[in-house]
This record gives sequence, structure tokens and C-alpha cells, in this order.
Amino acid sequence: MAKKQIHLAAHFPGVNNTTVWSDPAAGSHIDFRSFVHFAQTAERAKFDFLFLAEGLRLREQNGQIYDLDVVGRPDTMAVLAALAAVTERLGLAGTINSTFNEPYEIARQFASLDHLSAGRAAWNVVTSWDEFTGENFRRGGFLPQEKRYLRAKEFLAATWALFDSWRGDEIVADKESGVFLADPDAGRFDVSSDQFDIRGRFSVPRSPQTRPVILQAGDSEEGREFASSSADAIFTRHGTLDAGREFYADVKGRLAKYGRAAGDLKILPAATFVLGDTDAEAQEKADVIRHQQVSGQTAIKFLEQLWNRDLSDHDPDGPLPEADPLVGENTIARGRASVRMYRDPIATARQWRELAEAKHLSTRELIIEVTGRQSFVGTPEKVADALDEFVQADASDGFVLVPHLTPGGLDEFADTVVPLLQERGSFRTEYEGTTLRDHLGLGDARPPADAIPGVGS
Amino acid sequence: MSDPRNPLPLTPLHIAVALDGAGWHPAAWREPEARPTELLDARYWTDLVQEAERGLLDLVTIEDSFGLQSSNPGRPDDRTDQVRGRLDAVLVAARVAPLTEHVGIVPTAVVTHTEPFHASKAVATLDWVSTGRAGVRVRVSSRPDEAALFGRRTVEPFEPGRADSADTDGGPITDLFDEAADYVEVVRRLWDSWEDDAEIRDAATGRFVDREKLHYIDFEGPHFSVRGPSITPRPPQGQPIVAALAHRTVAYRLVGRSADLGFVTPRDAADARAILAEVRAEQAVAGRADETVHVLGDVVVFLDDDAAAAADRKARLDALLGRELISDARIFVGTPVELADLVLEWREAGLGGVRLRPGGLPHDLEQITRGLVPELQRRGAFRTAYEADTLRGLLGLTRPANRYAAV
Repeated sequence: MAKKQIHLAAHFPGVNNTTVWSDPAAGSHIDFRSFVHFAQTAERAKFDFLFLAEGLRLREQNGQIYDLDVVGRPDTMAVLAALAAVTERLGLAGTINSTFNEPYEIARQFASLDHLSAGRAAWNVVTSWDEFTGENFRRGGFLPQEKRYLRAKEFLAATWALFDSWRGDEIVADKESGVFLADPDAGRFDVSSDQFDIRGRFSVPRSPQTRPVILQAGDSEEGREFASSSADAIFTRHGTLDAGREFYADVKGRLAKYGRAAGDLKILPAATFVLGDTDAEAQEKADVIRHQQVSGQTAIKFLEQLWNRDLSDHDPDGPLPEADPLVGENTIARGRASVRMYRDPIATARQWRELAEAKHLSTRELIIEVTGRQSFVGTPEKVADALDEFVQADASDGFVLVPHLTPGGLDEFADTVVPLLQERGSFRTEYEGTTLRDHLGLGDARPPADAIPGVGS
Repeated sequence: MSDPRNPLPLTPLHIAVALDGAGWHPAAWREPEARPTELLDARYWTDLVQEAERGLLDLVTIEDSFGLQSSNPGRPDDRTDQVRGRLDAVLVAARVAPLTEHVGIVPTAVVTHTEPFHASKAVATLDWVSTGRAGVRVRVSSRPDEAALFGRRTVEPFEPGRADSADTDGGPITDLFDEAADYVEVVRRLWDSWEDDAEIRDAATGRFVDREKLHYIDFEGPHFSVRGPSITPRPPQGQPIVAALAHRTVAYRLVGRSADLGFVTPRDAADARAILAEVRAEQAVAGRADETVHVLGDVVVFLDDDAAAAADRKARLDALLGRELISDARIFVGTPVELADLVLEWREAGLGGVRLRPGGLPHDLEQITRGLVPELQRRGAFRTAYEADTLRGLLGLTRPANRYAAV
């Protein structure tokens, strides 16, 4: 039996402290040449797709724009369309928010991107509800938190109605007879749901993939269910083999009730990596990178996010603060998803104190410890083995790699680890198909989900 | 080099080409050279824009609308004998940008149903990926069927060309254009919301940006409030070009208030003078009398080396259409040499140049780049090489100071 194949995606370094800007090798995050370099490296290495995150308001902390991390990014759709011009096979995945956009416009953009890239578009559907981001948009913070998944679901269903509104055989363009369109009603759609009431004819004929590949990130019960019913791939943060296998089994197990097979949803954890000629050298480099990622100032900012207090006078090289976190609405940090992860700040603070005491860690060292470490550290052989083991053990179907440097952060991986994965027979040596659905082995886009009520076409 | 009948103009002549589907004649897709099955392919658009660049044109515009194309400007139709279906113009522009080097790229963006925050960063990004050649033509949508595609608001039906006193007395169309002006204001403030040197990468203090150089724009208007700053750094041109097509007073006002570039539809040189006077007056009312606003005259063109061949082709297309072509713009049928006369006549009337709408693609585009342009060059009236790397540069506009920067 053929070996299970690894799927690889490349996350363009994001607007957060994983991305190291202080390194001499760190280039521009906005110059298009950085995007070209990164995308072409991913394509040279036969990656499945490139991934772009998005945030629609600059992050703030203590009422000021957060200035310690990389800030600034391009418009997701426009930069992906431009990258379609300088790549041929690489999938192009963008994060687009379902709260501060409308289905008609987004369906139009993704169908256009899919045409312009000859079938390589993917959409990471995210939701938000916050008034903070809403201040940049016509509607403001219009969406109650409990409706965010409802809106996302209905948003996706509405775009599906649009994507499917053209069958694909309507354009005849017969110069002789003068028939351009075989069907005078092509593109007709009609959607009525809690969030949407839209109708008319969609202006973009069916694209090569029919619909973009749908990606989803989210670990909650609702998020897992949403992905199981509607997504083609899910991003996770489960970095250990055991946690990965548990998540994998859980999510794959949910597919059957939506009439889907295990291969219809790919599970792709985010993964960082540090490579070295020896394992010891890689560990040393990893330690340097972690200290670049978490400066003393950054450690204080992270601490404030949990403590929900101004801790600007706290010494990062000293112990954790004695006072407990302020419980309630987080007013310190805005525009970041991470603050919502701390559901019980007092308990988390207690764990952190115990950990700091046990390991004799300063505040900065503690933050370095708890805010994640590199997933894969070692020689290219060791990293290739670990990645392969992870996938073969059904802890994932592949990875979204998150390099810490722009634009060259993927180069070494492409040159050293990818050939080893190819030698092991776990990763493609050539693209077999032309579309992203082909790369991911997804088959044709499914018919619209009947399970979602209130949507007709 | 200059023709004695047409002395060298004092300021450069600007030529834009308006790209739309298979061309501006509804039957153009049936021409032998037409590529009607490729209208959704990147290759088609790349070929057209590269041809415009070979002809040293200032810029191309790319048409767009949210609704499916219709033979009726105010409502949808169910015709099957004309081109239907198109791609998002901003994304077509971004797709073509890395494959060209000099020509300006100005996609259409509908402002009535969209977010100024998204539009601002999309055009800024087009400017980044084209290294300074981006513009945007803002368009108002007053079609009820387009509003229904969004389901967020209703708009009053309006038929362009109909006499409508709403122009001047605060009617629904005035409101849509006022909203468009607010939209452009927000887009422009967001472009300036990052100072050019906001990114500092200061290792000593650990700061990537100087937050004193990032600005809230705090726009508040009847249709939207936008806080800012943009998520996208100030683009290479500082302010990409804003353009609008204008047929009437309410739209001349938008050009005068908000645009760098206006496309207008004069019948003849005298009409061009009258329109220009209106635009300049609106510019003055808006306090922009000192600013450069280029006004280009739109012309639908059917061109052949032999005037009879052009007339035959136009007649053939009209026969396929079943009637004579009508347009909001002047229709020109003839040779590139004759078109050069018209262009220079309009130039004499004070226009900054023309935006040519090819009747059929690629035929009439190639007649422009390979016929009209060499003829104008012979008369010393058009550039013989690109003199700038940015669209602002080609239009003779300097890179503007940032409104938020301390002086």
C-alpha cells in the first residue's frame, strides 16, 4: 500500500512575535518581492499551498498601538492575485473574515481568484464579533458573540449558493450563431437566512475548482463541528503526538454524520521548526530564536494580557507579580485572538507560578516556556523523521509551517528537509495535478450541504 | 517634429484605454479576432495590458459592476447574445501588475455597497505589487437589483441620462455621490494613516514601528464611521490615483472634490470646453483650484488603416446587434490618423487627453498602440518612451506629502 502522503503549507510570517524582525536576515513584510521569494520557495519545494493570515485592526495594548511586533500587511485577496502571476501550481490561501464582509463580494473575489490562478484558491474562514475591529467598518460591532458561528455558517452557505449558481456549461460563445449564453437564467440565486436576504444573478461564472478550498481554524466544540460539516482542511495547534492523535480521531470521527469520508477533511497543525547541523546546534539556535521572540518587554506585554493589568513597572527578569489577574472583560489587550484563550486567568496564573517556582524561572523565562516552543528542532534528518512519524501515526495529515523569518525562513527547510521527506516516499516530488483540490487529494467540490437550513438556490 | 497645424502642447498628452470584456460594442465578441471564451482567463488580460504598455499608454482602466452585465443600464436583462460574466477588476489588476512595468492600472471599484477600509487596503496593495502604478476608478451603484445582491440597503432606481432635478437638490443620486466623496476621503486618509517612516525596527527600544507615526483617521459621516489606521503601510505613490467617470453635474462635483482624474463624455470640442469649465468650477468650490485634476475625454473607437474598412466593420457589428450602437460617449469610426486629429482638437480645447474605449478587442487596442500612438509621436504630441516608473509620475503628479506628518 502506498505510504500516507504529507501535505505541507507555508504560512507567510505573521503579525505576531513568532516573526523575528530584529534578525539581520529579516526583510520587508510589505515589499512584494518578499512575497514572491516566499511563494516561489514554497512552490519549488512542491508545497500544497501558501497561507496568509489577516487582522482588520492594528492590535492595541494599554490603549496604544502595539509596537513590539511586526505591524502591517497587504490586502489578502489582492496580494494572492498578484502571487498567481509569479507561481504556477502553488495553492493560494487567504484568511477572510465573515463578520466584516458580505457573501456576494467575497464569493466574487474567491471565484475571481480561482479563475485568475487556474484553480488554486483557498479560503480560511474566520469570525469575529468585536466592536474594536468593527470601528473600521460600516456596521461597527453589530454581531453578538453567540451569533458568530451562525453567521459564519450562513455566510459559507450563501457563498456556496453563489459558487454553485453557474453549472459550468453556460458559456457557449458561438460566434456563428450569436449565442453567448446557453441559459438566460445563469447565475440565479436566492438566499434567505437569519443573517442574509440576498438574490439576483451572480456575475462570475463557475471557476475551475467550483469553490475555493475551505480552511478553518478553531478548537472549540462549535469550531470542530463547523469544520467537520463544512471545511476541506482544519488548522490546529496540537503540537504533541498524543494530543494530535486525540484531536485527529475526534474530528475524523465526526465526518460520517455529514456523509463525508476521512480523507475529505485534512488536519494540518501549525508547526515551527529550527534546523542545525547537529541536534545540539539546532537547540542552541532555537534558544536564541525564543529569546528574540520574547524580549523582556514582550514578556511583560504577555503577562499583562493574562493579568489584565498595567504591569509596565514589573521587572521581566524577576519573579511573577504577586497580585492575581483581574477577572472580567479584558481591557488591556485588544485586537488579538489569544486573550480569549485564557478562560480562567486565576487558575492559569497559579499554574504559571507553580511552574516558575519548580523550574526557577524569571518572568521572561516563564513566558518563553509557556507561550510555546518550536515544534520541530534538530538536524534535517531528525525533523524529517519527526514530521513523517507525526503523519504516519495519524496525529495529522501534514503541517502548516510557520517560519520565523521573512522572506527566507522557508529556504533551508525546502533545501534540506523536503528532499528527505521525498526520499522516504512521504512527499510528492512533482505536482500531480494543477488545482489545489488536486494537491490535497480532495476530489471534486461537494454539492451544497443540505444540512444547513434556510438556504436555497 | 511637431506638425505646424498642431504645435507641441505645453503639457504632455495622456492616453488611457478602457478595457471591458471583448470590447465596447455588444457584438464585438463575434469578431474573428475576438477571444470570447478567454474573458475569464488571466492570459487574456495580461495580453491586453502588455499591449497597452507596448504602446506607452499612461494607463488602462478595467470596468466592473456587481450585477451581471445588462443591455439596460438601470436593470438586469435576460439576453443570451452578449457577453455575460466577469471577474473582480481589482483582482484582475493585481494579477496583471507583476507582469508589466510601466503602465498604470486603474480598476473600477463600486463604492455604494463596499467597505472603504477594504477598498483602501486593496488599492494600496495594488500599488505595492505594481510598485507605484495603481489607481482606482470609483463607481456609484444606483441599481436596485445590485442592492439586492447585498441585501443591506435599498436604492432608488435611477436611469442615467434622464433629466433629473435630483442632481442639485439633495435627491437620492446626490446622496449616493456624497457618500462616494466620503468614501474617497476615508480611502485617502487611510493611505496616509501610516507615515512613510513609521517602520523603524529600532533594536535599542525593541520597537518595530513608531506609533507616533501611525494615525487614527476618525472619520464620521452619515453612512459610515472609520477609526483606522489602515493595516497596510502607506503605498509607494503615497496616494494612488483616484478616478471617476462623470456625465452630469453631480458627478463633476465628485471629480472636483475627490479625484485626480476625471473621465468625461463630450460630443465635441465645444462641449469639452463647457464640461471642463464645470469641473474646474467644482474643483474651485472644493478648494482644490491649485491641484492638478486631469480631465480625459472618453471616445468609443472603431479603427482601421482604411476609413472604409472601419466603417464596414462598425456596420457589420451594428447589423449583428440589430441596431446602431448608442453610447454615452462620442463614437469615432475612422483611421488612427483621423483619430489623432480629434485627440489633438480636444487637447486644444483644454482636456488632458482621452480615454479610448476600443469597440472590439484586441483589434482596436492594437490600432491605438500601433496606429494612433506612432501618428501622435510623429506629430511630437506623445511620449516616445516611458518617462516615469509610477502612474503619478506619468501623469505629472508629484508624490504628495502625508496629511498627518508633522512639518
